[in-house]
Amino acid sequence: MYAFDIERPTTVAEAVAALTGEAQALSGGQTLIPTLKARLASPSKLVSLSGISEMKGLCASDGVLTIGGATCHADVAADGTFKALSELAAHIGDPAVRNRGTIGGSIANNDPAACYPAAVLGAGATVVTNRREIAADDFFQGMFETALDDGELVIAVKFPIPEAANYQKFVQPASRFALVGVFVAKTSEGVRVAVTGASNEGVFRWREAEAALSADFSAAALDGLTVAADDMIADLHGSSEYRAHLVKVMTQRAVKAAA
Amino acid sequence: MPKDDGIGAATLRREDVRFLTGAGQYTDDIQASGEAVAVFARSNVANGVIKSIDTSQAAAMPGVLAIFTGEDFTEVGGNPAGWLINSRDGTPMHEPKRPVLAHGKVRHVGDAYAAVIAETKAQAMDAIEAIEADIEELPAVVNMKEALAGDTFVHDEIGTNQCFDWGWIEDNRAATDAAIKGAHHVTKLELVNNRLVPNAMEPRSSRAEYHRGNDEYILHTTSQNPHLTRLLISAFVLGIPENKLTVIAPDVGGGFGSKIYHYGEEALVLAAAKKLNRPVTWTADRTEAFLTDAHGRDHVTTIELALDKEGNFLAFRTETLANVGAYLSNFSTATPTFLHGTLMAGNYTVPNVYVNVKAVFTNTAPVDAYRGAGRPEATYSLERVIDMAAREMGMDPIALRRKNFIKSDQYPFASAAGLEYDSGNYDALMDKMESVADIAGFAARRKESEAKGLLRGFGVNAYIEACGIAPSNLVGVLGSRVGLYDAATVRVNATGNISVMVGAHSHGQGHETAFPQVVADMLGIDATSIDIVHGDTSKIPFGMGTYGSRSLAVCGSAVVRATEKVITKAKKIAAHMLEVTDQDISFEDGIFSAIGTNKTVPFGEVALKAYIPHDFPLDQIEPGLEETAFYDPANFTYPSGAYCCEVEVDPETGKVRVDRFAAVDDFGNVINPMIVTGQVHGGLGQGIGQALLENTTYDEDGQLLSASYMDYTMPRADDLPFFKVDHSQGTPCTHNPLGVKGCGEAGAIGSPPTVINAVIDALQSGGKNVTHIDMPVTPHRVWTAMQNA
Amino acid sequence: MTKVTMTVNGVSVSRDVGGNTLLSAFLREDLRLTGTHIGCDTSQCGACLVHVDGVAVKSCTMFAAEAEGADVATIEGQANEDGSLNVIQQAFQDHHGLQCGFCTPGMVMTTAALLKENPKPSEAEVRAYLEGNICRCTGYHNIVKAVLAASGQDVSSIAAE
Repeated sequence: MYAFDIERPTTVAEAVAALTGEAQALSGGQTLIPTLKARLASPSKLVSLSGISEMKGLCASDGVLTIGGATCHADVAADGTFKALSELAAHIGDPAVRNRGTIGGSIANNDPAACYPAAVLGAGATVVTNRREIAADDFFQGMFETALDDGELVIAVKFPIPEAANYQKFVQPASRFALVGVFVAKTSEGVRVAVTGASNEGVFRWREAEAALSADFSAAALDGLTVAADDMIADLHGSSEYRAHLVKVMTQRAVKAAA
Repeated sequence: MPKDDGIGAATLRREDVRFLTGAGQYTDDIQASGEAVAVFARSNVANGVIKSIDTSQAAAMPGVLAIFTGEDFTEVGGNPAGWLINSRDGTPMHEPKRPVLAHGKVRHVGDAYAAVIAETKAQAMDAIEAIEADIEELPAVVNMKEALAGDTFVHDEIGTNQCFDWGWIEDNRAATDAAIKGAHHVTKLELVNNRLVPNAMEPRSSRAEYHRGNDEYILHTTSQNPHLTRLLISAFVLGIPENKLTVIAPDVGGGFGSKIYHYGEEALVLAAAKKLNRPVTWTADRTEAFLTDAHGRDHVTTIELALDKEGNFLAFRTETLANVGAYLSNFSTATPTFLHGTLMAGNYTVPNVYVNVKAVFTNTAPVDAYRGAGRPEATYSLERVIDMAAREMGMDPIALRRKNFIKSDQYPFASAAGLEYDSGNYDALMDKMESVADIAGFAARRKESEAKGLLRGFGVNAYIEACGIAPSNLVGVLGSRVGLYDAATVRVNATGNISVMVGAHSHGQGHETAFPQVVADMLGIDATSIDIVHGDTSKIPFGMGTYGSRSLAVCGSAVVRATEKVITKAKKIAAHMLEVTDQDISFEDGIFSAIGTNKTVPFGEVALKAYIPHDFPLDQIEPGLEETAFYDPANFTYPSGAYCCEVEVDPETGKVRVDRFAAVDDFGNVINPMIVTGQVHGGLGQGIGQALLENTTYDEDGQLLSASYMDYTMPRADDLPFFKVDHSQGTPCTHNPLGVKGCGEAGAIGSPPTVINAVIDALQSGGKNVTHIDMPVTPHRVWTAMQNA
Repeated sequence: MTKVTMTVNGVSVSRDVGGNTLLSAFLREDLRLTGTHIGCDTSQCGACLVHVDGVAVKSCTMFAAEAEGADVATIEGQANEDGSLNVIQQAFQDHHGLQCGFCTPGMVMTTAALLKENPKPSEAEVRAYLEGNICRCTGYHNIVKAVLAASGQDVSSIAAE
């Protein structure tokens, strides 16, 4: 690692004030720290969010689950209010990673193979920052790209709890990230299907599936659909055709599990 | 003699206590004040000409103590290959120099061309970034077939990428060709034995001290054989006299082959320690380990099996391309030849075997022995083509193997590949496997899987390997430049406790527990009063280290011989004490008795007497009780086994899960069954990993795509089932005093074809005409094969 | 440099560290608690696993400064007060759940975390919980068996051989 200082503010205001120049926010660090170890980033200062209690915890009211940005995966996994989301969180990384990694850190990083972006987009959640509220559809802007501006922090994520939902993850066998992960949510306004791991554009909604499932929420409703392989990731773990195939398989499994 | 810690007892491991409490001491744990840290500048291109290296800016940076480049080592030697292979035309293999630091050219990604020594690792890393190296990238040689056909060379001075073209046995070639030509049926299969990274969990680490007062060096290093490392550094690389260099391998966190070899980093820290007159350390990070540890396997093979219409094997013919990487690592030329070709008759009475191996230089990390080393490659080729032949001929795969097994009354058996197997009983192993695995229940389990939408397959395998490496006279004829004996000293201290200095190094194998069981059994004393000393060239007589499942068969035999010498000497002392002749002394359960009398003296009193020889007849008995023996085996040992497994394949995703695995092995006699079982488990984990998960992938530019655990799939707990392991069918080795054969590699040898055979069976049961998939059979590969079927 | 103070294995310690000092480096280099091992760079092998305020954490993926005020437990503090092996450590020895010993501290610490959360885990739960701890020696058979035994479950039906 290059040398840098580390600060541990205890309020959002202090954290925002500290994020100047080449300073970078540190949430759980489960992605950032390995990046720093490889000398792929050289912040002048890290601003740790782990001491900010107002960014931690879960709160459910009026059918909305609000999760603080610095809430670790283990806490989401243990909650259970939004079962599909808790199950998703329970399978991110490993137990030790889940004790440090946070939802805010995950979605701010927007790794194309991360699980949380699928849930945020699939459930139609709203991302609350220190400046504004951003709809999930506007938040994710391609691989490792989000709507966040410099100095903008994910304070919380608000999930409308769907009528039914499920996340199916087919793991990349080495990293255990999603080779393909599909979050399906059935809401009063229709069905949303969000896919992670598969696309060069990062997490995306599979609109054809949403239409078909909104008409008929069954795995069979997807039988006639195919997923184009054009924009899918191809790497040593799977071709774009394989990922396209898995998108459909995982979506069908998610529907079956949710129904 | 307490039976619970003698030969055959499942004695708990004494070394565990320090590992379980954080008190183990691995090389990187040894920290002293005044240490400087080495960091290497490594090539990020696979093939390039070093035009210039400007270190001036780096040298001026804070904390930088010294910078080395290839220029600093032009006057010293290279790291040699330990085994000379001659090509079929009689010419010797090509042996390009492997320097401490790359000079003139870099030849693989990760090839070190400079090293910075600084006060801290961060300072050294900063300085590495400030080195200005002008390296002109050249096209990379990665694919072996292209390497042989093309005109880009890894080593320009050789003018070819072919290291050697070896035939085994060349005199059998014509008969093998004829047998195949005239056969009723020939099954032909091209397969890849995937390249693996050994991935000992402890990364390589070295720490050198130089003592100016007496011109002595101490090297702590992650080694499976510190004496060989010392020999190579002394005789070939740096020329430090052996008596001025101590090499210590303390606790070592796994090896699996990758820590057999001498590496340039060891020479570098020694040179730096002398230059700076202070300790210098280096520890690899995991990516560095991926880039520079010797890799394993990487064969591309075409094998043909000829059969008559009854299914009798007539011939095996094999053509293999073996990747040796950019430089020859110490055992790299032996692995694809004498540890592979000589096993190509398998467990079978097949009369004709011919093997051709072309070793190929590529712009990739060196490839050398990894758990099994050559024998997994042989077994995989044989047992895959046999399985395919059974399918093609409509025969039961177990029956076909049994039909061709060497029978238990045929030993010693001269195999068609040039080895003499001393003992075995392959039918008994297969019998045991069939009962242990509950083969009868397979059909019902398949139905249960099908009800879940999964395809269940059954796979079987028989293997033989050559272990206890190795008889010096034989390997000498075959090209080895070293002898492969081992040594032990049994030192009985005056107070009766014992130190046993052994040449084998323990890095997970439990020698500290198992070797005392042998000595305790022989001396009739409590094993807890016997300690093993290993890994320190200043303390142990000599040793050729731990690999090739040789520790017990070779070094253990040296321990037996040295203990026998101790008993002989002790009998003399006892005879003197009891006032009878040596011939009139018997020794049993730790008590010396004068035959025909009631006079006895216990071992402890004899030991004390040896060191208080007030009344010794010094012309007949020397004081002291310490003996050394070197043991050179008469033959390899030949462990064998019958394995089977069941897999479930998800036809929608291609994911394979191993549901059941049974391994029945013949290891001869067993000293500690708990440790032996653990060794099999570990081998199975690595073999199943090879079959399903692990792959080392270079792109066409020679960039390593699988350079971390993010992309190289290590088996994890949820990838593997509980295993059924049995070693009740042992047939003792006939030529070593313990009757032991070796167990370290078996699991890694026997399991890959077992798994692949089961996967093919599963896919065929689902109506898919898939006859072969190359390892690792990842979900993507299985799905793709099903799409193409 | 930042001054950090924390409790490690029940003892209060205080040191000046750089902002980029990992908890693992702090333990190994500053406190010389070298039982915590480093086996990878990507937070996957688990050899560095310790407990911070009672939960499992990979000490190579947390800064020492973030453990300010925390209660840290490492392998060196796991044995019983009289120095004998604790239940988990003893189960690993009894069932040959270690070979080279390098991953072992992480395995023991992970097991302690698991059994705190789930005192009687199933085989599948044990295997799932060990996802972040890589062992290259054992094929995991005896590790899983040792964890089950440490939880007080009867492992006699799991093949010893």
